[in-house]
Amino acid sequence: MIAFDDVHKHFHDPDGREIVAVRGLDLVVRTGETHCLIGTSGCGKTTTLRMVNRLDTPSRGRILVGGQNVADADVFELRRNIGYVIQSGGLFPHLTVAENVGIMCALEGWPRARIDARVSELLDLVALQPSEFGARLPSELSGGQQQRVGVARALALDPDYVLMDEPFGALDPITRTQLHAEFGGLLEQVHKTVLLVTHDLGEAFSLGDRVTLMHRGELVQTGTRDDLVSNPATPFVSEFLASFDGGTLDDASR
Amino acid sequence: MMRVVDAAVLLTSMAIASTDATAQGGSIVVGAKNFTESEILAELMAQVIEEYTDLTVERRVNLGGTMICWAALRAGEIDLYPDYTGTGWATILKEPDKITDPLRAFLHVRHRCLDEFDVHWLDPFGFENTYALVMREAAAEELGIRRISDLAAHSGQFATGFSIEFVDRADGYKGLARVYGLDLAPKAIEHGLAYEAIRTGAIDLMDAYSTDGKLLRYRLRVLDDDLDFFPPYDAAPIVRSDTLAAHPEIRSALAKLAFRISNETSQALNFLVESRGLAVPDVSRAFLEREELVDGVRESAADAVQALGEVLANQPVPGGDRVGRPGLLELARERAGQLLQRLLEHLGLTAAAVLLASIVAVPLGIAITTRSRLRRLALGTAGILQTIPSLALLTFMIPFLGMGVKAAIAALFLYALLPIVRNTYTGIAEVDRDLVDAARGIGMRPRQILRRVQLPLAMRTIMAGIRTATVISIGIATLAAFIGVGGLGQPIVQGLYQNDSHLILLGAVPAALLAIAADVGLGRVEELVQPRV
Repeated sequence: MIAFDDVHKHFHDPDGREIVAVRGLDLVVRTGETHCLIGTSGCGKTTTLRMVNRLDTPSRGRILVGGQNVADADVFELRRNIGYVIQSGGLFPHLTVAENVGIMCALEGWPRARIDARVSELLDLVALQPSEFGARLPSELSGGQQQRVGVARALALDPDYVLMDEPFGALDPITRTQLHAEFGGLLEQVHKTVLLVTHDLGEAFSLGDRVTLMHRGELVQTGTRDDLVSNPATPFVSEFLASFDGGTLDDASR
Repeated sequence: MMRVVDAAVLLTSMAIASTDATAQGGSIVVGAKNFTESEILAELMAQVIEEYTDLTVERRVNLGGTMICWAALRAGEIDLYPDYTGTGWATILKEPDKITDPLRAFLHVRHRCLDEFDVHWLDPFGFENTYALVMREAAAEELGIRRISDLAAHSGQFATGFSIEFVDRADGYKGLARVYGLDLAPKAIEHGLAYEAIRTGAIDLMDAYSTDGKLLRYRLRVLDDDLDFFPPYDAAPIVRSDTLAAHPEIRSALAKLAFRISNETSQALNFLVESRGLAVPDVSRAFLEREELVDGVRESAADAVQALGEVLANQPVPGGDRVGRPGLLELARERAGQLLQRLLEHLGLTAAAVLLASIVAVPLGIAITTRSRLRRLALGTAGILQTIPSLALLTFMIPFLGMGVKAAIAALFLYALLPIVRNTYTGIAEVDRDLVDAARGIGMRPRQILRRVQLPLAMRTIMAGIRTATVISIGIATLAAFIGVGGLGQPIVQGLYQNDSHLILLGAVPAALLAIAADVGLGRVEELVQPRV
């Protein structure tokens, strides 16, 4: 379970003015669920995500991961139990696919054979043939393939939690839709607690067990697709849903 | 039989030595600036000290200009060297006023150097190497010119060419024209070319140093400075007080040379070395034998003895340029071995400096990526170091590190720092923020991120910095010759002082080739370390 308890985050812009990124966020991500954070650019969803693995620090409030306040945790232990996937995968360009996936295992001091076995297992999981892709460089992969490697790397140490920041944001619509279908199954299979940030409502509804809509740093509504569609908490919710006219929603509900 | 005699001589001299409490042996170092006359004077001093004392004498010649020799003397790197009163007055003591009286100049310089620096000026050698106006003998004879004041009456009857510096300086032509009331309309001409110009008759009057051996070679007359315009430049040995206290016998040995060398003699000695290609030790020995300051005859100096006799007897001097000097290719072939050694010295200096700089600058460049105050300090300091003229930086090093390899490497090291620090910092700072965030996000520690992600991705930029540092160092290392460390600067510096373009090329061309080779070679290495993207 990931719990946000009255979390605020303020930044200072270069002129010293205060910018509020997140204001009074209370949210619970249930164990085992895939929870999507959605909203327009600048609504604070990425900041919210980055506070979970302490890439950013809350200005006020606390965040509990598995019952432990992240502020008290050993930050490296914490992160090793939270997989992290960013847009385009964030792969290290100078390392091969296998090296990218296995890097944390190697840093943990696993023996070579165990690393190789784990890397093969993970590449199989994301539907990349290890013998074909293991020795390639990220630059030799398509966008979708890079994204799969990013997910495999996030799962390497078998974390209980996974954070995904616009993981499919850079992909073309066809590849994206294809990956949605595949990852929907995958996420259920690995049984992780997943917090995923997206600006694409179709993606949120297609992957998320529940969805949280944020606007200007505040939580607007949390619920399933049906909750949001049938009982919009504010006019903004209806407006936001309406802006995804047709295509994406149909896509998602197929 | 010989051995017995040798042993007897040795025993006798030991017996004599042991009766004289001060003559306990030991060794001293004689230095010289990087031009022929200074080298000859140093050699003469060395030979009389060897002749009249039990000291072993080490020679450290080619030490560059006055400030380097003076710094070396004060730092105890050398114990004595020859210098000139005018230099002592203006360069060492920085006296603002002009002085014309040679005796007053000598007494003043001797007094202040002893008082303030514990350095003794011993009795002068007896000649003066000052600025002079010189005229082709034939032209001077025809016009009846012996003194500078004679020139005014003949304005317009001869052509004048002065070195660029001399034309402009207040203590050069400008002041001279005022004092003597001259209007010579001089052409500015590179000093090395002026001799050719005066030989071929393109000019008739030029400036020169009064003991330059070329005055003999080109048959030039030194005009008498009858109004005492030029400052006195009497040559004298200068010695540190503690050396003199430890070895008082040096004083009496050097006294043998006092007032022994005339302007003409010095010209002749310079001439024999520069134009006849005779070795400095042989020419020096020839002079000492001729003056009966040493016992016996040294066979190797026989040629020099004869040549010196001829020149001083005013025998006809072989004309034409480059008497006894080989052409460029011939010179290169002749000196191939020596050149290879210079090249190796040069490589050694550069490699040591760049290696040390990398060891310091790469970690520093890494450290400043996360510390902005240290960053400003480090980049600022390295930037300032870079603006110090190389020769000045070399000179600063002498008091701390002595003369020699250490000082040269230290100076090169300081120049190499900036490009490496800057490129290391830039290379790391330019690594995509998202990649670093991804690395942090998956749980890598800062040290692991640095080693596995930032350094590999910055390696190409860091290598480019090392390449820049290497090319800069190869260039600057030519200046190391000024403090006697050798390298490819050695022939360049020698050539500059001897006005020999072939020698200059012999150092400059390999240095340039080396720089290009390093640039290309390290460029290859840079491509190899290019991360696979």
